[in-house]
Amino acid sequence: MSVKFLMGNEAIALGAVHAGVNVVSGYPGTPSTEILETVAKNNDGSIYVEWSVNEKAALEVGAGAAYSGARSLVTMKQVGLNVASDPLMSLAYVGVKGGMVIVSADDPGPISSQTEQDTRHFARFSKLPVFDPSSPEEAYQMIQDAFEYSEKYSTPVLFRPTTRVCHGCASVEVADSYEKHIPEGFVKDTMRWVIFPRTSYLNHCKIEKRNPEMGDELSSYRFNFISGDKSASKGVVSHGISWAYTMEALGGNQCCKLMKISTPHPFPEKLALEFLQGLDEVVCIEELDPVIERELTYLCGKHNLNVKIHGKLDGYVQPAGENTVESVKNVLSGFLGIEAAENGAPKAPELPVRPPVLCAGCPHRASFYAVKQAAKGRKAVFCGDIGCYTLGNAQPLDMVDTCLCMGADVTIAQGIRRVEPDTLCFSFIGDSTFFASGITGVVNAVYNQTDITLIVLDNSTTAMTGHQPHPGTGVTMMGEVCQKVSIEKILKAIGLTSVETVDALDLKAGINAVKSAMDKKGVKAVIMKSPCIAVTKPAEQFKIDSEKCVNCKKCIRELGCPAIVLEDGKVKIEKSLCYGCGVCAQVCPCGAISR
Amino acid sequence: MTKNCLLCGVGGQGTVLASKLIAFAAMEKGEQVRTSETIGMSQRGGCVVSHVRTGDNIQSPMLPKGSADVIIAFEPAEAVRNISYLKNDGVVIVNKKAVKPVTASLSGSDYDGREMLDYLKSVVKNLTVIDGDEICEKCGSPKVLNIALLAAAAKSGELGITVEELKSAIKKRIPQKFHDMNLKAVEIVTG
Repeated sequence: MSVKFLMGNEAIALGAVHAGVNVVSGYPGTPSTEILETVAKNNDGSIYVEWSVNEKAALEVGAGAAYSGARSLVTMKQVGLNVASDPLMSLAYVGVKGGMVIVSADDPGPISSQTEQDTRHFARFSKLPVFDPSSPEEAYQMIQDAFEYSEKYSTPVLFRPTTRVCHGCASVEVADSYEKHIPEGFVKDTMRWVIFPRTSYLNHCKIEKRNPEMGDELSSYRFNFISGDKSASKGVVSHGISWAYTMEALGGNQCCKLMKISTPHPFPEKLALEFLQGLDEVVCIEELDPVIERELTYLCGKHNLNVKIHGKLDGYVQPAGENTVESVKNVLSGFLGIEAAENGAPKAPELPVRPPVLCAGCPHRASFYAVKQAAKGRKAVFCGDIGCYTLGNAQPLDMVDTCLCMGADVTIAQGIRRVEPDTLCFSFIGDSTFFASGITGVVNAVYNQTDITLIVLDNSTTAMTGHQPHPGTGVTMMGEVCQKVSIEKILKAIGLTSVETVDALDLKAGINAVKSAMDKKGVKAVIMKSPCIAVTKPAEQFKIDSEKCVNCKKCIRELGCPAIVLEDGKVKIEKSLCYGCGVCAQVCPCGAISR
Repeated sequence: MTKNCLLCGVGGQGTVLASKLIAFAAMEKGEQVRTSETIGMSQRGGCVVSHVRTGDNIQSPMLPKGSADVIIAFEPAEAVRNISYLKNDGVVIVNKKAVKPVTASLSGSDYDGREMLDYLKSVVKNLTVIDGDEICEKCGSPKVLNIALLAAAAKSGELGITVEELKSAIKKRIPQKFHDMNLKAVEIVTG
């Protein structure tokens, strides 16, 4: 064994590698992305690793591998599991041969997500086992357990860390060597691998029988346990990162009975009954939904136990958002009568608000600006999507009127157009999102003859999640160079009215392309292409000629670039931030900005 | 003994590498380490915070309020935003230069950090203000800001990492071509 400093996601990845994983697939999404990247970095060539086109594809690739006896790992964020839910629900019935673990990383807060959904519910819904680690150390060991359980019960297993486990780092003890898993290969068996109503009924019966048995087995699982003062009349239950907060909040003062639940489904009822024995009151410290709280309330009813269960359902614990050591301390101070933290610092001056913004030099800023200028004075709706370009909603661009989920920009625009035929409907979609779930929406618009203008913001990478390759980039996670899938060719093949590609940083070309496209009938596309600044070298910086500058502040008012600032009331370009995109120089009415 | 350090700044300033260096230096001494990082949307010019805890028997990767031995702030307002994490008599190392948010430029606000520094001076006994711009200029790279701030924290004696241990971590963890400029930054701050 050796000790390594690992991020939770790296620990999950190494745990999977040490469990002998053969095939790893996934789609990037904060906070899950580094898992697959770490496997790729630690790949001796014997593991197949791919960024799939979306989560559904990733899950199906993983399932096929597991049908063939391979151990497979599939990674995504919680909203990705929604995309993958179609194969997931059916796969739960069909089962697997090789161990298959699906990591769905939840994001309490939410910090970088659309929803605060709880994958533990998905586990109940799909009737699958789920593991919920509290730390990188636990995650490293637990993912290996997850593979064991998966293979033992021939079922896919969910694994759901949360952001603070994924992005927390710790010194983790890891194995120096491991055994490789040799897949048997695909063995034909129609009754097993072809889903039919009759087999589904039989499999459903099996699952309903299996889960309580598994719950009993998990009652003695090493990461489900009872601790603290076992003779106390008050109990505290927690899970995941909230368990760490609870331990921190209690410190050495463990004056209550404690239970940690790491497998909320199938619920370890035996262990929970042992815990409830002799207690008067219990508080459940949970993040996201009251999953354990409901299980305990149900158990008390089922077994006629007179134990009061507190938590989110009775307002004892905050219903939404992430927990902190302080929030847990506050709950416990009321419940156990221990001291709560106080903060007596004098009132601070008003702090500047710092919402995330498009980077200085980001080509999306130029693209949004060009469309805004082209549609100026017209009735228009701008439908946005998931990615860095969601940030186009901020002032002064204000170019995102809707944002729902991956790919929805294309189809929401169609729905709006059907109700408002006099409105220009624009859809903004990034290159990775286009491949992930944009194409079907475009086909829908062409087939149903809906007049929309599609703006593809092509920066040749999956930027928001940290620059992962995708089908348009021409490289794979196995390090191979492959043929680039051309967005322009796809759009032409679908049969759009017009498809034009322009340099995103050339405002004039962008404005002209949008103007000529937007009033045509049918589906038109303008592909605005320029690489993400984070993966290219900065160009020569721009500066302001104070002789020519009349301080009209048009550059600030219209672009909102972080590199253009006011210093003592004068406009200035901040040297440490300018990437030399030159968009401000094109906007300046006095020609005061140049290299 | 547990040492708690909070690093805060604006996305893109280099807080993550700084927290990794502290963690590495502590692990070299056989200590347990837990850290927590801001990764994702906030990295795009938003507020970022790294929590670093070293020592033994640490549970939460995020440090509790009122427990930071040291706050290393890459920007004055971010120091103020996180001041509730500082323990009584804790140390604050702050970079003098303000990063102006786009919202400030748009509203015509003249936020320049001075008010924040005045506030810090009034509430923090053990405050060190670092002129990051000047040090970066002397070292010939804007990228040494994080090392300059780390060096000041090490010098305070409250980080749990000595200046020598920091230098050793730089040599082991940062590519060789960047050693000279980073070690120069350490010298300027601690010399």
